[in-house]
Amino acid sequence: MRSRGSSGAADRRRRKAAAVNMSQETSMALQEFLSQAELIKQGAEARVYRAQFLGKPTILKQRFPKRYRHPLLDEKLTHRRTVQEVRSILRCRRAGISAPVVYFVDYASHCIFLEEIVGSSTVRDYIASTRRSDASEDLGWLAERVGQILARMHDEDVVHGDLTTSNMLLRHGLEDGESELFLIDFGLSYISALPEDKGVDLYVLEKAFLSTHPSTEALFQRLLKSYAAASSKSSAVFKKLDEVRLRGRKRSMVG
Amino acid sequence: MTVVIGFEGSANKIGIGIIKDGEVLSNPRRTYITPPGQGFMPSDTARHHRAVILTVLKEALEQAGLKPADIDCVAYTKGPGIGAPLVSVAPVARTVAQLWGKPLLGVNHCIGHIEMGRLITQGNNPTVLYVSGRNTQGGLVIAYSERRYRIFGETIDIAVGNCLDRFARVIKISNDPSPGYNIEQMAKKGTQYVELPYTVKGMDVSFSGILSHIEEASHKMLNSGQCAAEDLCFSLQETVFSMLVEITERAMAHCGSQEVLIVGGVGCNMRLQEMMGVMCKERGAKLFATDERFCIDNGAMIAQAGWEMFRAGQVTELEDSWITQRYRTDEVEVTWRD
Repeated sequence: MRSRGSSGAADRRRRKAAAVNMSQETSMALQEFLSQAELIKQGAEARVYRAQFLGKPTILKQRFPKRYRHPLLDEKLTHRRTVQEVRSILRCRRAGISAPVVYFVDYASHCIFLEEIVGSSTVRDYIASTRRSDASEDLGWLAERVGQILARMHDEDVVHGDLTTSNMLLRHGLEDGESELFLIDFGLSYISALPEDKGVDLYVLEKAFLSTHPSTEALFQRLLKSYAAASSKSSAVFKKLDEVRLRGRKRSMVG
Repeated sequence: MTVVIGFEGSANKIGIGIIKDGEVLSNPRRTYITPPGQGFMPSDTARHHRAVILTVLKEALEQAGLKPADIDCVAYTKGPGIGAPLVSVAPVARTVAQLWGKPLLGVNHCIGHIEMGRLITQGNNPTVLYVSGRNTQGGLVIAYSERRYRIFGETIDIAVGNCLDRFARVIKISNDPSPGYNIEQMAKKGTQYVELPYTVKGMDVSFSGILSHIEEASHKMLNSGQCAAEDLCFSLQETVFSMLVEITERAMAHCGSQEVLIVGGVGCNMRLQEMMGVMCKERGAKLFATDERFCIDNGAMIAQAGWEMFRAGQVTELEDSWITQRYRTDEVEVTWRD
């Protein structure tokens, strides 16, 4: 009679082999699928494709290996960022914050299938083109909306980690003339309740915002005001934001 | 023909160099080295600089075969840096400028590195990674835009060089010739990769987490035989350098740049250069790097930045020739480029 221990181990081995086989099959099917998809962007970290998946317009984001990194580090980082991205999107969506639907994830090839937000442009492009065509147009409403969505995200203890106007999508031209704001690219995100982490999150956005869109200090202030109005924890966050800003200006030289 | 002499002593190296129209005529330097396990204290460093500076000055003139009358401008490091050493060098520059009747120029240390890098490598408009031990500026990604060296990514806490130097102290690595160099040599013998915290936030990096982790964990790991000191050196380098390459790549993607220049003491590290090279190759970009003569703080780089500033018509009046510990690269108006 076999003891429970040894049959348990054999079962586990069988299950693991089956899982590996399945993930290999999935990856092969995925590679075929990708070869038919339309490559729309090759970023520093991921290739972004467009395709139809289950009858829906889909964005496929595939992180590829970075050869300058040690392979163990590369695998850990790539896997972690894929997992973090999916987790944070789901957490935001559950809290009613607009982010693309996650349709499918293949962890072996680090590929995420996301809802394509059709008819959208990045907030970066929107601001740039609006200022080009009509410099006097007031973008305050947009700043306020961004402040609100970030406040809600931080109140959910989601720290985005890479806030830029390229990581926000604006879908306009909806029936009632309204527009919807989405957050994307959560690869560097993590869960944290610490005001320091949220302060740094806003600091990263401030730097990206002001360097990408020159002379928009007043607009960014409106964003922060809107954030404060929408978040219950903003004063602690702003205190940390001030500290991080100062650190950049007046870092001490202790060796 | 413009000949500039540059005085650099903002940390533990004291160097005086002479540049004539893009040619380095002399560049002598001394380094204040402390025993293993110790960092350098400001007052001791200043004492070291004061003791050798006139000797180094003589060497600079003799090696260049020049007399004071041949000099057109005296440049010195205005900042950033450590107070006491900065203060030990500036008065000498001020004095010789007055003695020789030459104009004075206060130079930003980081800009010295950048201008020397541009001179040596003839890069067109590279994204610059400035990596050193200095906490104000050690881990900076800079790109030139509209008369400023704009900072795109930086360390939000300590410098990468500082992180490496402090780790060297923890495991008592020799500071001769420099802790970073010795970590590099030991890392080459490392065989095991140990997982360490990796922190990139947007375009910025953070090193205090990995430093506190490795400070705490290293003794345990070494005593239990889990890994050797060489493995820790190897893993630390792989991790922090990956972080720097990542933020450099992000800045390049943001600016649409196809060139990278590495400057600063940590830029001497061959592994960092190798990793950056791989990243560049995959993007079809070009990598520029300088050797230890110019990566490490030296006088000629101050002279070169001074040369550019002087020819653009800048001069520092005596009453403005103070020094400052904190001096951001993007504060300087780069009038010599368009």
